[in-house]
Amino acid sequence: MPVPPEAATAPPGTGVIHDIGYRPYTGPRLGRAHAARALFVQSLRASYGLGRSARSKVLPMLLLGAMCAPALIVVALAVMTRQDELPVDYPGYLANTSILTGIFLAAQAPVMLSRDLRFMTVPLYFSRPLTRTDYVRAKTAAMTAALLVLTALPVVILYAGALLAGMPVGHNTAHALYGLGTALLYSVLYASVGLVVAAATPRRGFGVAAVIGVLIVSTTVAGITWALLDGPGGSGGADWASLLSPSTLVDALSGWVFRLPHQDGPGSVSSGAVGAAALLEFAAVAAACHLLLLRRYRKF
Amino acid sequence: MSSVIATDSLTKRFPRVTALDRLTVDVQPGVVGLVGSNGAGKSTLIKILLGLAPATSGTARVLGLDVAADGPAIRERVGYMPEHDCLPPDVSATEFVVHMARMSGLPAAAARERTADTLRHVGLYEERYRPVGGYSTGMKQRVKLAQALVHDPQLVLLDEPTNGLDPVGRDEMLGLIRRIHTDFGISVLVTSHLLGELERTCDHLVVIDGGRLLRSSSTASFTEATQVLAVEVAADDGWADHAGRADRAGRTADPEAAVREHLAAAGLTVRAEGAPGEPGGRITLVEIEGDGTYDTVRDAVAGLGLGLVRMEQRRHRVVEVFHDGDTDGGGGHAAAVPSARTAAPTEGESADAGAA
Repeated sequence: MPVPPEAATAPPGTGVIHDIGYRPYTGPRLGRAHAARALFVQSLRASYGLGRSARSKVLPMLLLGAMCAPALIVVALAVMTRQDELPVDYPGYLANTSILTGIFLAAQAPVMLSRDLRFMTVPLYFSRPLTRTDYVRAKTAAMTAALLVLTALPVVILYAGALLAGMPVGHNTAHALYGLGTALLYSVLYASVGLVVAAATPRRGFGVAAVIGVLIVSTTVAGITWALLDGPGGSGGADWASLLSPSTLVDALSGWVFRLPHQDGPGSVSSGAVGAAALLEFAAVAAACHLLLLRRYRKF
Repeated sequence: MSSVIATDSLTKRFPRVTALDRLTVDVQPGVVGLVGSNGAGKSTLIKILLGLAPATSGTARVLGLDVAADGPAIRERVGYMPEHDCLPPDVSATEFVVHMARMSGLPAAAARERTADTLRHVGLYEERYRPVGGYSTGMKQRVKLAQALVHDPQLVLLDEPTNGLDPVGRDEMLGLIRRIHTDFGISVLVTSHLLGELERTCDHLVVIDGGRLLRSSSTASFTEATQVLAVEVAADDGWADHAGRADRAGRTADPEAAVREHLAAAGLTVRAEGAPGEPGGRITLVEIEGDGTYDTVRDAVAGLGLGLVRMEQRRHRVVEVFHDGDTDGGGGHAAAVPSARTAAPTEGESADAGAA
């Protein structure tokens, strides 16, 4: 390579960029698994706006704050009034804030998938060692992890507060673990449902509206069905209404698995049959969503 | 040297249409042009070569690897630049190419280093930190090219890289493609529906139509029979009087006719593109017999005291290759005539008039 003229004329001591020509890459190529992991990390960060514009950080961070603020208040009150029990149980806290989890999902599931679809970046991924399955798995894992951060953080805050306030360690540890289990159930189911809906459209706005729509409509239907079935005697047959929406399904499942005290309302579970059905439905929905996503990307 | 791409009776049928029909080609290292009109099967072939779509029958090997069995291994060694837009507008070129490098399996630090190198090689400097949404088409094409090169592949597949570019951008892109092979040592398969722009860039040309192989041969054998130089001259108002030509026969007062007469006398094969008064009447077509032809034309025009408005190699369209095949042996310029006579301007005319 000839020395560029600006290099020859530049006075000594000043920096000059030399064109050193093309250098082949001889370093390691880490392959599929590494690429999938990089995609997972990048997608997870992007769902909280990290590595993206300041504007895209606003909503996820606000929602994370809104998830945690009540937990901080509850903890502060409990410590100040020297209570020996938290006013809200850990899984119950997640059930009460499930609308926030839903909004986060609606806002970020389209970010996970629609961008790549809309700007037709998907073929670039698949022209690399990464396979369609790797892509779907990495994106599902990233969405699940993002939701897990959102739902597990308040549980951790509540648990830390309970210990600070000197509440019984054994009882709180057990129930905090129930809370984390519930958080995981929420994350897996919401991520599966949200991504399938988001993958259906390359338009982000439609994706947001569709995810919100699915969650709100199904929850409303579950609530109305429960109210209709719940006779004056409270026969327990109304609990089957829990299976009608993602949030009540998770509530019912966690209530059954962790043997939580019976609550009134959709999402409660009184019989083993309902609990087992909820478990089956949970597994079936998660698996079906995964297959649908794979199918969605098969034609690229 | 071993083949970069080798296909054997490769066939791809969709329910309604046969995209590739028993295609057998053998591509050596270098810059190879894949020419075909829209829908000729170029993109389908690229998808099969990447191992992304199964062939209906036949086999294909890329870099010695079988596309049906070794898809991931091929995709690790091959870069792909799609025809369509594929860039998210809200990220910078650097961020995007780093991400794509990591998706190719490069470690984070190496991905950043390779990205900086590659963007510099494709000619993106300070603007690489700005969001891609504000880029011109030419800059976007460079980013697309960079993401195909960032993992230092052994072969890049470029699908219509000059699409949507102005003549200057087109020439820069073609020069860059040439450098990918000469400077970077990477073999190139580049598709286009314009034969003319590829014949200057490629070592070897493969022409397909309707999924069938029309022709596969070195660029030289394509162009030797069809190279034509278009010359347009201009005269000042007083040129005829000043040069004392008006007193000779009236017809020679026409500057084009004077040039043709002069060049014919110099032993070149010359003809007008159209009749006088028609759009092509001012263009003189000269068959290129060697590098000296350019000098002869220049000297003749200068000697006549005329201005040389333009002198360009005429670009051909794929359709001419079809005519070439039909009238094989039918004379040197048989291929070029149909396009000159039809009403539609050749690609070279519309593109190069802007550049001149």
